[in-house]
Amino acid sequence: MPVQCSSCACSRAVLKRPKTGHSLCKGCFFWAFEEETHRTITSARLFDRGETVAIGASGGKDSTVLAYVLKVLNERYDYGLNLLLLSVDEGITGYRDHSLEAVKRNQQQYDLPLKIVSYEELYGWTMDAIVKQVGVKNNCTFCGVFRRQALDRGAVMLNVDKICTGHNADDVAETVLMNVLRGDVARLNRCTAVSTAGGGSDGVVPRCKPLKYAYEKEIVLYAYFKKLHYFSTECVYSPNAYRGHARAFLKDLEAVRPSAIADVIHSGENLSLKEGVKMPVQGTCSRCGYISSQALCKSCVLLEGLNRGLPKLGIGKHHRLHGRILARQPLTPVEEEKMKTLEF
Amino acid sequence: MCQVEEEYSGPLEKTSLPTVSKKCMKCKESTAVLIIRVGDAFCRDCFREYFVHKFRAMLGKNRVIFPGEKVLLAVSGGPASSSMLTQVQEGLSRDAPKKLRFAPGIIYIDEGGACDQNAEEREKTLSQMEAIFRKTGFPYHIVSLEQVFSLPNSVLEPVSCGPERPGSSYKAAVDQYLQQKEVNQRQGQLATEEAQDAVAHLSVQASQVSPEHKQALEKLFSSLKTLTARQDMLQTLRQHLILHTARLNGYSKVMMGDSCTRLAIRLLSNISLGRGASLAVDTGFSDPRYGDVVIVRPMRDYSSKEIAFYNRLFGVRSLFISGLGTKTSDKASIQQLTESFVIKLQADFPSTVSTIYRTSEKLHTACPPQTSGAVAADKCLLCLCAVCNKADAASASHASLISERLSRGELGMEAKIDPASCCPSGTLDPFSCQREGQGCGEGGSCTAGRAPAPADLKSLLCYSCRLTVKDMAAEDTLPPYITSEAEKRWNRAQLKEEVREFLLEDEDEEVG
Ligand SMILES: [Zn+2]
Ligand SMILES: [Zn+2]
Ligand SMILES: [Zn+2]
Ligand SMILES: [Zn+2]
Ligand SMILES: [Zn+2]
Repeated sequence: MPVQCSSCACSRAVLKRPKTGHSLCKGCFFWAFEEETHRTITSARLFDRGETVAIGASGGKDSTVLAYVLKVLNERYDYGLNLLLLSVDEGITGYRDHSLEAVKRNQQQYDLPLKIVSYEELYGWTMDAIVKQVGVKNNCTFCGVFRRQALDRGAVMLNVDKICTGHNADDVAETVLMNVLRGDVARLNRCTAVSTAGGGSDGVVPRCKPLKYAYEKEIVLYAYFKKLHYFSTECVYSPNAYRGHARAFLKDLEAVRPSAIADVIHSGENLSLKEGVKMPVQGTCSRCGYISSQALCKSCVLLEGLNRGLPKLGIGKHHRLHGRILARQPLTPVEEEKMKTLEF
Repeated sequence: MCQVEEEYSGPLEKTSLPTVSKKCMKCKESTAVLIIRVGDAFCRDCFREYFVHKFRAMLGKNRVIFPGEKVLLAVSGGPASSSMLTQVQEGLSRDAPKKLRFAPGIIYIDEGGACDQNAEEREKTLSQMEAIFRKTGFPYHIVSLEQVFSLPNSVLEPVSCGPERPGSSYKAAVDQYLQQKEVNQRQGQLATEEAQDAVAHLSVQASQVSPEHKQALEKLFSSLKTLTARQDMLQTLRQHLILHTARLNGYSKVMMGDSCTRLAIRLLSNISLGRGASLAVDTGFSDPRYGDVVIVRPMRDYSSKEIAFYNRLFGVRSLFISGLGTKTSDKASIQQLTESFVIKLQADFPSTVSTIYRTSEKLHTACPPQTSGAVAADKCLLCLCAVCNKADAASASHASLISERLSRGELGMEAKIDPASCCPSGTLDPFSCQREGQGCGEGGSCTAGRAPAPADLKSLLCYSCRLTVKDMAAEDTLPPYITSEAEKRWNRAQLKEEVREFLLEDEDEEVG
């Protein structure tokens, strides 16, 4: 027997919402999904009229849906935003080709301007070249650190006011759990924020996550029923161990109680640190000016290692060497030897 | 998208087989019999000393238990609380080097009625527990879970925690205790411990549980649709019974036997249950939420492994009592899922438990309970933690509510945003949006003139307890002390609403 939509009570339901368990018709699901995103945007005052907003576009489902919904809402509620798509090309042969295709299709379909910035242009190194030097085992360090700044550097280049990313509720909940598992209280405290002001650890351009409360499963359903094309861009290299465990755990939690994803975020939003708990002091990188708790930011250290042919420089904790790197002094032969050997 | 945005940290510490050094690391003479952590090999005597010392150090460091104070030990029969019981016995014994100076009693909650145990099983467990308790010579209280159906409302009434005792008063209490003891000895009176033994035995046998209560309990637990909710409810009711017994018998402290392994599991499981705001009281050394009775957790520095070693080496008896979910898969509830997750991870990465545990020490409640004159309406009816309804429209709880209402068609497509009709002030809806002009109440459902639903229980609960009640088929299966206290708070709030315009300032309700 066909199930009726619990919202309009006249159409036939085509799906069961993963978030609430209600049966909805296509139209009511679209409306609910878009309306929820709209409320996330307005209640947290994510944007101001007239701003230029870059959507971090990877060609994956999250950013594809984000771009589509933002375009719809910008028109429906007259936000008055100039939206554009911003993509990063890491220079991994065969990896980005398809996803950049997907982004280009988004550009045409949604009629949004697209800007692609490449690692080569930003850092002078492609990921392929990095892998050659550091091996597959360690390159996720590079790809994560570089990507974080790449979006920001690209945004600065294009003179945009804000960046928004496709992080969804599952991503946020996963990060809460991961930070508990590794005892990272400072990040635990920050990771549920829906927006970060410029000058934070992510760069100089303010960022926000309009899909923060959207379940990953609903994003997939939305893309499916809207027939949006995306490329599954799981990173070709495995995520780090903590995140892998946190992700598997979250999936199990969701299976037991679907609200668990929102419940974990609620917990994260209501945690607070004891006064006097040491938070890392935020300073700026003395080479490139980005936020860094050390004299040199991670990406400058990584770059220095690559350029000197000492890739290990960026992979361990070698803060005591920063002074000499800054002064462009050579390392001792023993140190050099240590920084060279890498497991492949 | 590549998920490695966070800075990498070094490779996780993997278990490696410890190199067994044959000698004890402490005395360097005797042969080691166990290894707690990699490199920490102990002989039997040194391990005992280490274990006993840790218990007293924990109490000494925190200085919350006053000499002569009545302390209720919550013993479940499991390894950790059984071990705690022996530590207290040890510490009170005459020849103990740093003698403990409080007056202990024991409480055991018989949960058999909620866990499908038959009368025979329950009887057997009870007689075994009683045998253990009798040997200690401490007064003990055996309370069946069914007794929640005869609890008074007062359990849930907030008690303001008196003016905090300043550090100096600890010393004053010690002096007073010593003086009193001298007098007692001079007059040849019984020592406090023995005197109390005579008062004791408020024990209720399972056979004395009334059939109505037995049935009511079964109805309550079958009304809870998920194991997650059943386990949460059991925990809540257990706490209420312990609190009531403590008050009735003048205990001002309750000791729980939570190990650091248990607390790490609870921390993660409470995060998953939406209890983030209460993590500090739920997992800290002392838990002041009840005001006059303070919960302390002296076993929180021991891992479950250390406790198991100690119990085995020194013949501490513990009982395996089948509980809720014993016979189900480890993915049957949030709590069980978390437990098996942490234990599995701990087996691969031995720093898991201590890392999570350290997190708990850096947290405090986002909405700290008021230090004095706590207001009834500010505390969750069930867990008695501070309810922190920031009513922030930019929050997960508000977002979830919006999702619910959109899915039920309560916020229609044709609706226009009308800030004026959004959530009349004074609505008791904990989610009511207070930011003006943000269009929480689109459509008709949230508009003015809405008659409040009859005693909506959920509005009196914290986020997490609300989830538990949401998993309930019939709220009227709850014990009367809960439903009638809810009624009382609801009426009080309504009354306040009626006279609101005549009140000059938003005065806190007096405790009474
Ligand atoms: Zn519909
Ligand atoms: Zn990667
Ligand atoms: Zn830099
Ligand atoms: Zn020894
Ligand atoms: Zn509660």
